[in-house]
Amino acid sequence: MRDLIRDVFLQGEQTLPEGTIGLDAMDDGAALRVGDEWLVMTTDSYVISPPFFPGGDIGRLAVSGTVNDLAMMGATQPLALTCAVIIEEGFSRSDLERIQRSIHATCREAGTAIVTGDTKVMRRGELDGIVINTAGVALTKRVVRDQGLQSGDRIIVTGTMGDHGLAVMAFRNAMGLEGAFSSDAAPINALVRAALECAPEEIVALKDPTRGGLSSALHEMAEKSGVGIVIQEHDIPIRDAVRAASELLGIDPLHAANEGKAVIGVRPEAAERVLAVLRRTALGADAAIVGTCVSERPGYVVLDTGFGRRLLIEPEGELLPRIC
Amino acid sequence: MNVLRNRDELGAHLRFQEPGKAREMAATLAHVTRSIGREPVSVMHVCGSHEQAIARYGLRAVFPRELDVIMGPGCPVCVTDVPEVDEAVLLAAQGVRVFTYGDMLRVPGSVKSLADVKAEGGKVDVVYGIGQAVQLACETQEECVFFASGFETTAVATAAVILAGVPENFSVLSAHKYIPPVMEIVAEMPQTRIEGFLAAGHAAAITGSAIFERFAERYKLPVVVTGFEPLDILAGLIRLVELVRDGRAEVANMYPRCVTREGNRPAQEALWSVFRPIGGRWRGIAHVPNGNLRLRDRFAHVDARRRFTIDLHQLWDRAPANLTQHCICGDIMAGIAAPTGCSLYGNQCDPDHPVGACMVSSEGTCRIWHQYGGHLDLGYGS
Repeated sequence: MRDLIRDVFLQGEQTLPEGTIGLDAMDDGAALRVGDEWLVMTTDSYVISPPFFPGGDIGRLAVSGTVNDLAMMGATQPLALTCAVIIEEGFSRSDLERIQRSIHATCREAGTAIVTGDTKVMRRGELDGIVINTAGVALTKRVVRDQGLQSGDRIIVTGTMGDHGLAVMAFRNAMGLEGAFSSDAAPINALVRAALECAPEEIVALKDPTRGGLSSALHEMAEKSGVGIVIQEHDIPIRDAVRAASELLGIDPLHAANEGKAVIGVRPEAAERVLAVLRRTALGADAAIVGTCVSERPGYVVLDTGFGRRLLIEPEGELLPRIC
Repeated sequence: MNVLRNRDELGAHLRFQEPGKAREMAATLAHVTRSIGREPVSVMHVCGSHEQAIARYGLRAVFPRELDVIMGPGCPVCVTDVPEVDEAVLLAAQGVRVFTYGDMLRVPGSVKSLADVKAEGGKVDVVYGIGQAVQLACETQEECVFFASGFETTAVATAAVILAGVPENFSVLSAHKYIPPVMEIVAEMPQTRIEGFLAAGHAAAITGSAIFERFAERYKLPVVVTGFEPLDILAGLIRLVELVRDGRAEVANMYPRCVTREGNRPAQEALWSVFRPIGGRWRGIAHVPNGNLRLRDRFAHVDARRRFTIDLHQLWDRAPANLTQHCICGDIMAGIAAPTGCSLYGNQCDPDHPVGACMVSSEGTCRIWHQYGGHLDLGYGS
């Protein structure tokens, strides 16, 4: 996907005010200088089958995703969101109302609101049920990128890994284990704000481990920052049910998506302080320090399993259950 | 299987994931290997699950330098031959609903993969197993085919489902393979460096460890059956290298908690009542006598090959030159050749366009060389 974006959408020159963080940065959002502040903006389209899954729905996902993308740029107080919905002819009205209620409730949770939107209907068979696009804007004094890591920096994850990906996958494969799983889809701007307030200078990188999971997020951070990252597998929080289902399906939980978590790169002296603050927040109780940046093997992520070491592979395409 | 007498014993049986113990065992493995006094000592495992576990836990980083643990033809997806993928592709292209294991999706046929045909609108669904495929077939009137790949382990599941009865619109395209014959092929390769085999515990749970006894005797090679936890693999390798060192061509069962000498009789009966072994090519390796499992005549009605006309030539007439004939996967697996000795490596064969099994598999020798530039030093302990 990153290759596709690079090869198609990054072609052709654009003139932007100096200092703008634009498309070519391939960060979670863009940042434009406005006076002594930054205006951060982001947009994302959401498709998921099925639209309702354990722990969430497409509406909750669409709001959380955009609020979190803003937060990953350091902008934790979203001014407002937009919401565009494309519906397949025949989509159930009660489902639509349920999604709308979820969008509303999630906005309240994040302390923001939808201020403009658009609705289109397409003919049956032209899309799979429903597609939602949201965009968001927020102001911040300081932009946090995904590329500020140096050797010695610590890596924190704000909670258990793989919850969303495995919840959806277990639900889709009708494994009869639904009760054991719940997606983590949630706006985490308040959690990120708490972390940034306690270490405004020392938090040097933020990334949400959505598609491609922790592995993709770490690879992108390592590559853009020019450091290697060594992760201690035993320190990564993973729910027992997620671990078990991932073994059954042959899917690495570190490749599975999260929709309510952040990966935080922090200077070593502030790591414990940030961790303590995160653990006091409602969504950060399972936060953990999981790794360290090194100068060797820039761009690579090494997983120390306790038995040995291996390179963490960057997942490509859709996650597929394995036969062996 | 042994009955566990108390909780302590249960605990002892479950402790196969202790890093401290693994370090001690890695040291023992190094000691035993070095006591042979020459290098490399080359052994082969023939199981995708072993390779996954070795890779998953980073065990290669703790194997001694003098020990070469070679990935054999043990990944069923990788050894599924091009024509077999082509058959599934053609079925999907002619409107049949094809169910497949996820990792078969991107394996290239002569012109396209199942993923390609899906992108073009073909009905290809990833399933977790044949049970799920049958369930989905019950919900539709469409003709449904399960693309059945895998070794003895998954073939038994296919057999059991067929014996239990399947809906009328359901049939099976068998690409199932049988491991014991290919071990003979590897052992017979001229100049082979393989000195012993690590056999797969789950396959042996069905076939029984005795199946390897004749092989060990005939080829004068030790075989160790083992499981899939890090300590299982280390224990299996220690035993195997000991047998190599002592020149003992024996079968050892290091997985007694699951594997018996005679195996699972009802499963064997189900397997052989549904399937018969025939010879066939394994991708990039060789023609393997009795290496492929096909449905017996009495199950012709659920055999996709007999139910549909699958004209491979319509695909092959448009296909580019068949590169697999230049592929030297077999030699690479036998430890005779290195990937760089292959004329296809890195130009016509790469991870995006794999030709042979060693490049298809994420843990295949060629794929690893291509991605990491040969042997990978991760500085364990640094």
